[in-house]
Amino acid sequence: MRGTAAIWCMIAAAFCVRAQGGAAPAYPSPIEMVVSANGSRLYVVCEGTNEVVEIDPVVGTVLRRVGVGQRPKSISLSPDGRSLYVANSWSDTVSAVDVASLKVARELPAGYEPNAAVTDAEGRFLYVANRIGNDVSVIDLARGVETKRLLAGRGAAYLSLSPDGRRIYCTHIYPQPGAFRAPPESEVTVIDTRRQMVVERERLHNAAGTFHVVAADHGRLVFAAQMRPKNLIPLAHVEHGWVIGNSLSVFGAAIGEVVQVPIDELDRYYTPPFGLAISPGGQQLFVSTTGSDSVTVIEIPKLLAFIRAASPDERRTMANDLSASANYVAARIPVGRAPKGLALSPDGKRLFVANRTDDTISVIDTATHRVASTISLGRPAKLTAERRGERLFFSARFAFQGHFGCANCHIEATVDGLNWDLEPDGFGVDIVENRLLEDIAGTGPFKWNGSNPDLETECGPRTEKYFYRAQSYSPAELADLVSFIKSIPLRPNRYLRKDGELTAQQERGLAIFERARSKNGMPIDDINRCSTCHMGPHHTSQELSDVGTGKPTDRSPLIDVPQLDNVALSAPYLHDGSARTLEEIWTIFNPHDRHGVTNDLSKDELNDLIEYLKTL
Amino acid sequence: MNTRLVVSILFATLAWAGAPGMPQFRWENFTTENGLPDNHVFQVKVDGNRVWAATENGLALYQNGRWKVYGTADGLAHRAVLFVDVDPRTGDVWAATMGGLSRFSAGRFDNYTQLNSGLPNDVVYGVAVQGDAVWVATAAGGGRLDLKTGQWRHFNERNTPMYEIWTYAVTAGAEKVYYAVWGGGVLEYDVKTGRWKDYNDPDGETEVVVLKDQGLIHEITTSVSWAEKDHVLWVATYFGASRYDGRYWKNFLDKDSGLPSNFLNQVKAVDGTRAWFATDKGLAYYDGANWAVYRPALDTHAPEMTVRDAQGAITHVPTTTAPAHNYILGLDFDGDDLWVATAHGLSHGIRIKKKEAGR
Repeated sequence: MRGTAAIWCMIAAAFCVRAQGGAAPAYPSPIEMVVSANGSRLYVVCEGTNEVVEIDPVVGTVLRRVGVGQRPKSISLSPDGRSLYVANSWSDTVSAVDVASLKVARELPAGYEPNAAVTDAEGRFLYVANRIGNDVSVIDLARGVETKRLLAGRGAAYLSLSPDGRRIYCTHIYPQPGAFRAPPESEVTVIDTRRQMVVERERLHNAAGTFHVVAADHGRLVFAAQMRPKNLIPLAHVEHGWVIGNSLSVFGAAIGEVVQVPIDELDRYYTPPFGLAISPGGQQLFVSTTGSDSVTVIEIPKLLAFIRAASPDERRTMANDLSASANYVAARIPVGRAPKGLALSPDGKRLFVANRTDDTISVIDTATHRVASTISLGRPAKLTAERRGERLFFSARFAFQGHFGCANCHIEATVDGLNWDLEPDGFGVDIVENRLLEDIAGTGPFKWNGSNPDLETECGPRTEKYFYRAQSYSPAELADLVSFIKSIPLRPNRYLRKDGELTAQQERGLAIFERARSKNGMPIDDINRCSTCHMGPHHTSQELSDVGTGKPTDRSPLIDVPQLDNVALSAPYLHDGSARTLEEIWTIFNPHDRHGVTNDLSKDELNDLIEYLKTL
Repeated sequence: MNTRLVVSILFATLAWAGAPGMPQFRWENFTTENGLPDNHVFQVKVDGNRVWAATENGLALYQNGRWKVYGTADGLAHRAVLFVDVDPRTGDVWAATMGGLSRFSAGRFDNYTQLNSGLPNDVVYGVAVQGDAVWVATAAGGGRLDLKTGQWRHFNERNTPMYEIWTYAVTAGAEKVYYAVWGGGVLEYDVKTGRWKDYNDPDGETEVVVLKDQGLIHEITTSVSWAEKDHVLWVATYFGASRYDGRYWKNFLDKDSGLPSNFLNQVKAVDGTRAWFATDKGLAYYDGANWAVYRPALDTHAPEMTVRDAQGAITHVPTTTAPAHNYILGLDFDGDDLWVATAHGLSHGIRIKKKEAGR
């Protein structure tokens, strides 16, 4: 009997609650998987419990578990099948797990926030995408040392080795830094594995939030899952046009330049496209859509025929034609909540889907396009408010036509690197930048103009009115959602020494942050000292202030003093995202010393200040 | 065999005998007429089969016999490119410009300016890649970008013995980093200890050389080249050149060496004994004893190669080609070949083998 109930029973026996920090129950939160070459084992990386779970995918039982680093984000198998590589995003390491013993053999160093790791075809070098570092580490596996870093794009996230082993493709969850109010641009970074160099950058126009990438047809065809945000136009009429288009970028020798094709329908959205898997024969492409709790099946030959039949102009605008998907989408398969990574059995008959907030694996029969069974990874019997809220956070079911959810812009509970025209008040009015949600309890009021006194207001009526334009959260759901948001932890700060001490440069920056006199000895008014407004544990006075950064298009120059926790990660800056870097806040947008007295600082003193801010 | 040919061969043979080991070149010159975006070429960098020319109007790439030019429309920080270095591990190109530092990686420019980053100043004269660090020489001191952390460090009068912050060139080895500080001598950074040391002209800032070979030849330095294997530092100034082996200084002036001029824009070491000099009166090579100068003749502009041996005897070596201009700004090695940046074009010196030269 392979039914779901039986599997639940078997898992329950092996289940034990793994608590993080000993307090709140920990949910496995499966996020990525890999299948052994013979198909007898499925390895699942669980970011909630910091472990890899070995599963017999035929019987559906958990066989073994092994702890890895903090917040693991990906898993891959060495070409010889003997090692698993797990990217630990909070530990800045990759765990090399010996498959035979299922023990961590060694920890390999990586860059800031490794998000994915894959080897070359020979298994000699490991490539690691570093999400905060915006680069790719190249690690010599024989010596266990990093030999070089390759420049990727912002938010380097997912990697894929081409079938011929000659290329590694890297995608990015954030768009490239660009000019203020310019359309977003992303890229797929192409690495030549022989030269170990970046040789191409496939530009993805109007794309931001790009997730998995896969190559097929001997590397002649590449697919990347992505969002196309419409952040330059007011979010006034969700029902009249999309806010975020969900699409695939397709490129390679088989198709030519990048073509973006939608996976949405005219009246239904499938968002955000995250995981990708290609059937062994290259006929079908499976796309997990996390907020829609489904997997989309695309017939590749039909898609290619559709693209090839299009004129160059039609190719350029194809992503805007939501009727196009009818030509190549074969099925939409409902799965568990928040499906993330996908993995196919070697024979292509079973597709495994990691349902992150369900803590389960859906097993899809690829012939019938139905879920054949569900494997549980074990979770606490009772869902906490935070966990219920997390499910809501990642769901797109509340928005009109399932358009988007919180996590579409707060990608994986972070930011999206964009500024948005949210209100129905005209084009370009009240532009707002997206802020980090980490550790924001106690930082109210919310919204850049401070109009929302608490998160219940921010996420409740306001979200219903301006964003979703459909179903609202019930009071209980809203309470759960707010509980989850308040529980989002702060990531480790990469700029602060492990012992918590400041470097000499950061100490100098702190002195500037706290100074009461300018360099010529004149007293600095209380209100114009950094440490006055940016005070307290989150470095915010929680008040409104006019620091001269308001624009004529803002309804008020009064801006909510933002918290500065992990401020280094949340570019662009200022309320509207007009400052692309921390430096620009003062070199460009503080000509009259209203946002702190900074114009008396030399360039290296400003550097000191910024290096201090990065430690917050 | 006619008489003319015999004389020619004899002359060439004698010339070769008078210039033992001195390299000869056939020069191919590039100007705006055959692909360069501008005739003012400030520096050149060879990277395998790619040649990067830093010009006053863009970054030019010569590859497979063709030029491709990158300008501000492509994302370059400023049209005037003063220096180029290439990261040998990644192939990324770092361009020092009059408007910031550009990183060119597989078709994408990322720019660092004094407004958007920790770059000390937008006028970047020099750049040197050293593993995971990128060193810059700017009009407001030196700087170092940590490529792994993205953090900048500044080096100026506050934290180094740099009394003049106009840094004009930087060279970085595994052990040492050297700055040519225009008006401030040479600054040395010890990678292991993190300490700075300055080298100055014992005669002060005057143009008088009283204490020759007792220190740096002059404070107005324009270029430094570190022969790390031999632990020898070469320095170019506007008033002569210097060589320092860690204990002894050896200075070179036009009056007592084969330098064609005391006005030097760049020095590039082959090793601790041999070096090339970019001067305002031609390109010079020193092999430790003999000197060779390559240029269009100052009066007739006819191609010219002269050799000055250790005894001071000068030999004219017949040649039919010369670098594009006397005013040499920079050079780089391409195996046995040379690429030379001049005030009126870029020159490719194709090495003539000894057998060929004597034929």
